[in-house]
Order: sequence, then C-alpha cells, then structure tokens
Amino acid sequence: MAAEPLAQQRGVTRGGRTFALKESVYLPIALLVPGFLVILLVVGFPMLYSLFLSFTDYTLINKSLHLIGLQNYITLFQDPVFGQAFGRTLLFMTLAVNLEFLLGLGIAQLMAKVIRGQGLLRTLMMIPMMFAPILVGFQFKWFFNDQVGLVNNILFSLTGHAHIIPWLVNVPLGFISILVAELWMGTPFMVIILEAGILSLPIEPFEAADVDGASGWQKFRHLTWPMLMPFIYTALAIRSLDLARVYDVVRIMTAGGPGNRTELIWTYVFRLAFSGHNFSLGSAMSYVTVLISFLFTWYLFTNVIKSRWEGR
Amino acid sequence: MAAKVNASARIPSGRFTRAGRRRTPVDFLRDAVLWIIILLFFLPALWIILTSIRPNVEINTRPPVWIPSTLDFTSYKILFGMPLPEGAFDMGASIPVASYARNSTVIALVSTLIALTLGTLAGYVFARFRFKAKNGVFLSMMLLRAVPGVALSLPLFILFVRIGLSDKIIGMIIAYSAMNIPFTAWLMDGFFRAVPEELDDAALIDGCSRWTSFLRVDLPLALPGVAASGIFAFLTCWNEYALSTVITRTSASRTFPPALYEFTGSFVSDWRGMTALSVLMLIPAVIFVALVQRQLMEGLTSGAVKG
Repeated sequence: MAAEPLAQQRGVTRGGRTFALKESVYLPIALLVPGFLVILLVVGFPMLYSLFLSFTDYTLINKSLHLIGLQNYITLFQDPVFGQAFGRTLLFMTLAVNLEFLLGLGIAQLMAKVIRGQGLLRTLMMIPMMFAPILVGFQFKWFFNDQVGLVNNILFSLTGHAHIIPWLVNVPLGFISILVAELWMGTPFMVIILEAGILSLPIEPFEAADVDGASGWQKFRHLTWPMLMPFIYTALAIRSLDLARVYDVVRIMTAGGPGNRTELIWTYVFRLAFSGHNFSLGSAMSYVTVLISFLFTWYLFTNVIKSRWEGR
Repeated sequence: MAAKVNASARIPSGRFTRAGRRRTPVDFLRDAVLWIIILLFFLPALWIILTSIRPNVEINTRPPVWIPSTLDFTSYKILFGMPLPEGAFDMGASIPVASYARNSTVIALVSTLIALTLGTLAGYVFARFRFKAKNGVFLSMMLLRAVPGVALSLPLFILFVRIGLSDKIIGMIIAYSAMNIPFTAWLMDGFFRAVPEELDDAALIDGCSRWTSFLRVDLPLALPGVAASGIFAFLTCWNEYALSTVITRTSASRTFPPALYEFTGSFVSDWRGMTALSVLMLIPAVIFVALVQRQLMEGLTSGAVKG
C-alpha cells in the first residue's frame, strides 16, 4: 500500500480530446471502511472467539476452560448424526432450490403476461415473503398437526371420513412438511426476481421470432432462457445461500425430531450447543459447516465477479 | 436504460395481450390458472387472519369451522391493553406489546437506514473503482454473510455482554446493520452498474468531484435500487429470530419474533393470540412493501440483478 500513489490517473476521451481524471485512492477506502468495520465487529470477531472455543471443553454449565486440541473435531467426525444431518441439509437445499425455481419460473411467466390486476397479484404473491420464518414454522406446525391441523381437516372435508396422518412424525412426511413450508416462504422471492428478468427482456427478438413463426417453446428455449440466465443465476445463488442457513422453520416445526428424523445441520448445532449445553462441540460443528458454506459462497461469488466485473 | 423493454410497453385495453394481439380464450384460461395458484398461496395467510378474529371455541375443532360465525376481536383488544374478560383464555395479556412494537420499529428502521447508507457506499466503490484488493474485500464481505444467526448468537452475546451492548436496542441495531450490509452492497453494485459510466465521466470532466458526482448523478438514478434493497433489509430485520432471542432478554430491547414464542405453553398454545400478534406484525410490513412495490419492480427490471 505504501508504494501506491495518492491519486490514480485515468484518461477519458470525449469529442477527440482526452481528459486526465484524477482519482483519490483514499476515497474508496474511506467509503468501504465503515461498513466493513461493522461486519468485522459483529461477525468476524465472534467467529474468531467461537473458533477458539471449539478447541476447548467449554460448556454453559461448567465454565472452566481447558484446551483440548482437536478432540471436538474428532468427536464430530465420528458422530453418525452429524453426517446424516449434513446429508439431509444438502438434500433439503437441492430439492427446495430446484422446486422453488421451477414453480417460480412458471408463475413468473404467467405473471409477466397479465395485463389487469398485476399490482394486486404481485402484492398477494409477496405476502409469504413478509412472514417471519418463525411464524411460518408455527403456522405450518399447526397446519400439519395430526388431530386439529388444517391439512387433515381439508382431507376430512374432501373425503368425508377422518384422516389422522401424523405429518410431522413419520419419516418422509416430516421432511416433506418442512419442505412445503420452505417452498411457501421461498417461492415468492424467485417469482419476483424472475418476473423482473422476464419484464426486462428486449421486445424486438420476440417480434422477429413471431414473424418467423416460432412456437412458444422455441421462443422460450432459444430466447427467454438464455437471456434470462443472469437473473436465474442470481435468484439461485441468493436462495441457496439462504437455504444453507435454514433454521427457524425447522426449529419450530420439529426441532429436528422426533429422534433425529428431521435433523438439519443448524438444528443439530443448536441441540448440542444450547439444549445439550455442549457449546464447544457445537462451535466445532458450526465451524466445519461454515467453512463448507464458505467454499460454496466463494465458488458462487468468484463466478459473480467474473460475469459481472469482467476483471475490473 | 433507454432500451425498449416489455415493462414499459403498457397497453391500455384489457382486451389485448402485451404483444398487441387480441386475447384468446387460452389467454383467459392462463390468467385463471394464475389466479388459482396465487389464491392457493394466499390461503395459509388468510387462515391466520381468520383465526385471529374468530371465537376461541371455533379454533382446533374437528370437523373444522371454515367461516367464523361471529367476529371476535378479543385477542386484539387484549394486545392493545384492555382487561382480560372473565374466564377468557388469552396469553397475550402478559406480553408488553407496546415495548416490543417500539423496539421492533426502531431497530428495523434504524438498522435498515444504516445498512442502506453503508451498503450503498460500498456498492458504489465496487461498481466504479478499480483497485487490487477489491475482489478480496468483496468476497470476504459475502463470506461473512454466510454465517447464520444461530451460529453467531452465542459468541456475539458473550461479546455484547463484555462491551455492555446485550439487551440494548443499540446492540441489535449494530448486529442487524452488519447482517444487511453485504447483501445491500451486492445489490447496489448491480444497480450502479446499470447507470452508464459515461454520465459519471461527463460530471467529472465538468468539474464535479467524485463525491458530488455520486450524490448528484449516480445516487438519484439508482434510487429504485435503494428502495428494492431497502425492502429486503427491512424484512430481514423485522422478521429475524435467532439472534434476537439470544441477545434481547427483556422488554427493553426484545422484538416481535421471539414474542411469538410466548404464546406457547407446555400443554396449551394460544393460537388466536399468536395469530393476532402475527397480523399486527404483518401490517407494517405489508404497508412498507405496498409503498415501495413499484420501485422494487422498477429497480429489479433495470437489469441490475444480472450476474
């Protein structure tokens, strides 16, 4: 840094004349530093602290600290539940992101063609986005209740006899119920981003395709899809990062149970760190998971940088 | 910016499609399908609203009561501090709604403003300046955002206790600002990129400083983008649970989302009280989104979300 000049010069040509523009190198630093400092204080510093704790035997009950090296990490990798929870989280992410995308793309296509009532439709569509994830959890836990839940009640009204399906208890059903809640909450975001993408497409290529007699599918496959790609990429990136952190909804609906049947990675961390009071093991586990999501984030955003900034 | 796009091609009559062709029965059928899907999506929200205004005996019955027989606003009255009727079951009476409302509003609004200010500045730097460390700074911001609230809650709580910020509104404001800066910076980078750089250069040639050019040229043009980022930041703060439940302890700083938990007991839950509080929580969010909804779409269609 010390060797850098105080100002950078950049030439801009206008009407045959070249202007030399001086740029202070301190301005970008001054603009970036406040935001970065806040993030470091709130995220960076506590994460360093929990990294330290992950090498100790710290618990919430017994507050004495002993360094125990990598013991927590060894326990972690020998724990079958951790592996299962991790795999289940990956499966959950993959299913949720793809289903939300397909559903979102379909609705966005329909929405972009509507002439009247678009504002009302869009506001109704966005309402699930305004629900707190914890509220979505309570709400769907209640809907999927085996005795008095909305879902079994609707089945009752449709078929005429009582169904007592234990949605939140049975093995694939619990996972599916959580998935439904997450789809309800996450699809509107996909719709909004993809609809914005569809609305911002230039109109001329579609007119030309109409003149040439292209079918609806051909127009979608060869015009909409490739031109929509940047929007698709953004929507998928944001949602997968959100889904990698999925916690509130599962915590309320099943808390990972019964047993560990619907355990996802962050409910398991919570179970160990808070309910089981094994905070240092919980820290180790969140560290391993955070490092893996770092890799994922790093991969996504180096691609973002490449496509958006083209190296500058 | 000036390119002809679908969004601006508004056709006044409802009898024609966007492409200007006369609407066929297929078009009407397609719109009907869309309305059905949207109403299905709205159903869970409607059920919450209906539950909050029906008599308690009609909740959790089998067979279900679909339409409330009478309107009953008891839960709302209790949340607004009216005395509990004789023999009524409502857990809302013990909840200091006014304090929670104040905390939630102050924390969400102030941290959204801070995140927008700092995130917009950072986004502008990412969009307009070239320097070696830029990719690294950008990446590390995004990486720090990948840490979920539940992993952060306890170490942050311990840190906040040490520096006297636990259970303080100011502590929550700092925490939520940090959570929203990276995403805002990312979105704003895109919105500033959608503003042609030539406008900036012209302003600089005419003698503007970088700062005045930012304030007078780029910022006004990227305002729909600020509105869009504002919606996302506000909703995140307003609805956040994992951090708030650990860091806020009393009515001095507790926000609405952890308060929902107070309607659940070990044996019974007060569903009507919970849905009433949920509706109260949703109202400001709906108003806020309805106000900036047009700017949101405008911002997002400017092509800024690309890549």
